[in-house]
Amino acid sequence: MNTEIIKVSHLEKKFGDHLVLKDIDFLANKGDVISIIGSSGSGKSTLLRCINLLEKPTSGSIYFHGNDIQSQGFSLTEYRSKVGMVFQSFNLFNNLSVLDNCIVGQQKVLKRSHKEAEEKAMDYLTKVGMSQYIHAKPKQISGGQKQRVAIARGLCMDPEVLLFDEPTSALDPEMVGEVMEVMRRLAISGLTMLVVTHEMSFARDVSNRVVFMDQGVIVEDTVPDEIFNNPKTERTREFLARMLQKN
Amino acid sequence: MPTSFFGWVVFFCKKYGVFFLRGAGNTLLISIISTILGFIIGLAVAVVRTVPIDEHDTKFRRIFYKVVQGIFVAYIEIFRGTPMIVQAMVIYYGSAELWGLDLSPFAAALLIVSVNTGAYMAEIARGGIISIDKGQTEAAQSIGMTHWQTMTTVILPQAIRNILPSIGNEFVVNIKDTSVLNVISVTELFFMSKSAAGTYMKYFEVFFITCVIYFVLTFTVTRLLLVIEKKIDGPDSFIIHGSQTTPEGIIEGIEEK
Repeated sequence: MNTEIIKVSHLEKKFGDHLVLKDIDFLANKGDVISIIGSSGSGKSTLLRCINLLEKPTSGSIYFHGNDIQSQGFSLTEYRSKVGMVFQSFNLFNNLSVLDNCIVGQQKVLKRSHKEAEEKAMDYLTKVGMSQYIHAKPKQISGGQKQRVAIARGLCMDPEVLLFDEPTSALDPEMVGEVMEVMRRLAISGLTMLVVTHEMSFARDVSNRVVFMDQGVIVEDTVPDEIFNNPKTERTREFLARMLQKN
Repeated sequence: MPTSFFGWVVFFCKKYGVFFLRGAGNTLLISIISTILGFIIGLAVAVVRTVPIDEHDTKFRRIFYKVVQGIFVAYIEIFRGTPMIVQAMVIYYGSAELWGLDLSPFAAALLIVSVNTGAYMAEIARGGIISIDKGQTEAAQSIGMTHWQTMTTVILPQAIRNILPSIGNEFVVNIKDTSVLNVISVTELFFMSKSAAGTYMKYFEVFFITCVIYFVLTFTVTRLLLVIEKKIDGPDSFIIHGSQTTPEGIIEGIEEK
């Protein structure tokens, strides 16, 4: 079961002179559901964006099944089709209907037939409870609905890993639940997920590993029980106390 | 001979009706074709100018794009920075003198207006492209689309929709500005009017008619463009797919499985 999918080694990222990630080492195995937590500016989103190269690392390596994703012959588009991403601001394609949002990648990138792509899209849109809205344009549906469509769009590509970049942070509190529920079910289904989140209940109850980041370094990387009940550092304790109080 | 203003107007309409119509037809034809060609030129230039290049690209690629982009910037600056009436003279007489090209005035007109419009369209289209939220590009990239696929399926459809009003602007400007082409004897509306007026030395009467024709042309075009915009936007509502009696719980996607 411990097949290594993504390995990050000595990753460093600078924006100008500002060091955002310092010497990050990180490993994701198949089936892992990893929550990455930490306060704003701790570098957790940047880490996620480096993993699918939306941000280019300043130094260090990232391996996908042992292959360096920054090496010359590596097909970035093929890699990205296997590592999906769900954004904080949804980023549905505004010019396409809900259904076409889920079809376009399958057709253009995976070269599936329209019929096959549509069947798959309908399948996943039904799973996230959006099958009634396939003819709607993104501007016609709510934030929670958009995020569920975005998740379906990611799933349609049959990714090996799905990255979530604060998927519920831009949502009204009442819509957080519907998206969290979809993610909970995905976790149970065995999908490998890396989730940057402020939802402590998800980190504690759903994920099998929690990574706590602070000021560009990974402070703790362990099982949820350990981090929530027996945090090793003062910084972790303070952060969790603050977060849990808020919830 | 008519004695009143309206008498003359009626006289010219009767005598030169076909003349005016032919001029208006040419004006419209030149501006339609040139606006479309200019749009294509502008779009192509804008797409190339917005190709992202960074230090991770190969040296050859970086130099290639630098050079091409430099040429495009020069093109835009030169054609935006000189009057079309002067461009018409330079291109029409220059092409004959330098390369011995025997362009017909009409072909020269199409070339001049297209290239001129292209320079403006390039900046309009570039504005349209960079106004699209970066998240759209990132989402397309994150499912593995190439830059080209991202452009054609996600960015350009939205950018073109957003710049439609500006394209309409250019179209209207072109209808009016083709009048400067009379300097190279293109038989467009202004040229025709000038000939008619010169024959009877009745400038006010003739150009009053010309004025009305120009306005009818531009007004019709702007109305048509509004209809096209509405059409592209599609309906405000959408059709619920499947049964409308499905209980709310299933819509929310929590009760399945």
